[in-house]
Amino acid sequence: MSDVINKPSDNEYIVDVDNVTIRFNKATEKINDLKEYFIKLVKRQLMFQEFLGLQDVSLKIKKGEAWAIIDTNGSGKSTLLKVISKILKPYKGTVTVKGSVASLIELGAGIDPRLTARENIYLNGCLLGYSKKFIDEKFDEIVEFAELEDFLDSPVKNFSSGMKSRLGFSVATMVEPDILIVDEVLAVGDVLFKKKCMAKMKQMLNNGTTLLIVSHNMNHIQAMCDKAIWLNKGKVVKQGDMKEVCDEYLATIEEKKAKEKAEKEKLKDK
Amino acid sequence: MASIKEKLKPKEGSFFEVFKYKDLLYQLVARDIKLKYRRSFLGYVWSILNPLLIMIIMSVVFSFLFQRNLSYFPIYLLAGRTMFEFVNHSGQRALTSITDNSSLLKKTYVSKFMFPLSKITAAMVDLVFSLGAMVIVMAFFSIIDGRCLFSFANLGIIIVIIEAYIFAVGFGIFLAQLHVFFRDIRYIYTAFITVLTYCSAIFYDIGMFYEKAKQQIASGADPLAKYLAWIIEYLNPVYIYIKQFRYFIWVPTVEGTVPDWAVLTGTDLLLGFGYAIIMFLIGTFAFKRSQDKFILYI
Repeated sequence: MSDVINKPSDNEYIVDVDNVTIRFNKATEKINDLKEYFIKLVKRQLMFQEFLGLQDVSLKIKKGEAWAIIDTNGSGKSTLLKVISKILKPYKGTVTVKGSVASLIELGAGIDPRLTARENIYLNGCLLGYSKKFIDEKFDEIVEFAELEDFLDSPVKNFSSGMKSRLGFSVATMVEPDILIVDEVLAVGDVLFKKKCMAKMKQMLNNGTTLLIVSHNMNHIQAMCDKAIWLNKGKVVKQGDMKEVCDEYLATIEEKKAKEKAEKEKLKDK
Repeated sequence: MASIKEKLKPKEGSFFEVFKYKDLLYQLVARDIKLKYRRSFLGYVWSILNPLLIMIIMSVVFSFLFQRNLSYFPIYLLAGRTMFEFVNHSGQRALTSITDNSSLLKKTYVSKFMFPLSKITAAMVDLVFSLGAMVIVMAFFSIIDGRCLFSFANLGIIIVIIEAYIFAVGFGIFLAQLHVFFRDIRYIYTAFITVLTYCSAIFYDIGMFYEKAKQQIASGADPLAKYLAWIIEYLNPVYIYIKQFRYFIWVPTVEGTVPDWAVLTGTDLLLGFGYAIIMFLIGTFAFKRSQDKFILYI
């Protein structure tokens, strides 16, 4: 994964999302068995209702930048991250990513509760594409960061959610990937660990890792990121400098809130 | 400039990407095996005991049912069942491998081939474990008959296991991708396996069909039994593997010598590898074509 050949030079785009459109089927019922498929086929009810998760989204990221993706739920933030981490293939457009990607789209995705912490570190590390030898070398570091020295050989199903996310975060950040994708993962965990994670991300950023964050916590992202992209219903509203985008975004939200308030008051008056 | 190393790198989504994730394959297989044997009191013993018990029951039942007596019937039966259960288990476990790991596939990019492949490989490890039962039965008969039933010919099963493994990989990944789109495949699979059990000559001898055919010809009827035997012998890959497996395990015990190699090197080997490669190609092709759509259905 961390191929030397693939390392981009400094002025190149490390992530190049070019006019990407993602299409989903918004059918009323999901057909996922043969019986239903044939019934629908005979009744001629096999319809395809198009729903565009992303529409013509372009995003060019240079090495070492920190980007935040903002807006309310359902606007396509996670979809965009999934496109960048190659989980979703675009329906139209192209995505070029140079270098290794570690995605934290929900911590502990690969954690098997039946296995012990030690086994999970190896399993997760391998899922992220690291070799066993590499994990051997980093093992102590990971355990130390996750603060799980005393629980190494107990099954993860007995862990608290905070412990699980600590485990997930430390495995995912064990190596400095070229691109780190973080999606709302710091919602769990205690304050101290959150701080530790922020510090780790900052350190990675300083070392040249490119960062992509989705978070609803404006303070967090304003502290971490220098660029932002604002999505609404799958379309880009604005992208560019963090401050500009954020100001406009917050202004719109304020406006919206004011409108709602006014409407409520209107209703009350009636 | 693209170096040779880069050119040799498998394309994204191709089956050969699994070599990049070989450590992951090891971890996934180890997980399956560990979880199976951890915390169960008898652990590994179960994977020997289970086929042994079934063999004993079936041997008792079928030696009453069929008059035509096969010598060393328990070995005959166990050899057939071991091979059959491997194909059955790998299909069964691979079937749900993609859907069971949906949460993972939604969150990180891994070669999707890994999941069915790891299940099938775990099934193969189980197969090797269950050979312990075979050793016990053969040792038992060696003591009773006062002659050694083991021979170097037994090592030939390695070839058969390789053939069956390639076949099972194709079969398993084909089922795994189908199950993503049609969840009721599971029920069809159960029915299919039942049919396959009866068509694989596990507890009977294929020679029975030819005897029946002789009677049919003698009475002037169409030798239907002969056609049936032909279908089983040439069109059922699972039987082909069972047959070869018996060549190396059961036949030497009965004849006391290495089997006639010419019989095996000819059609059987060709058919065995032929079916394995065809199934592998069908499986990988179907999987490759549909894997980008998985995310929308899981």
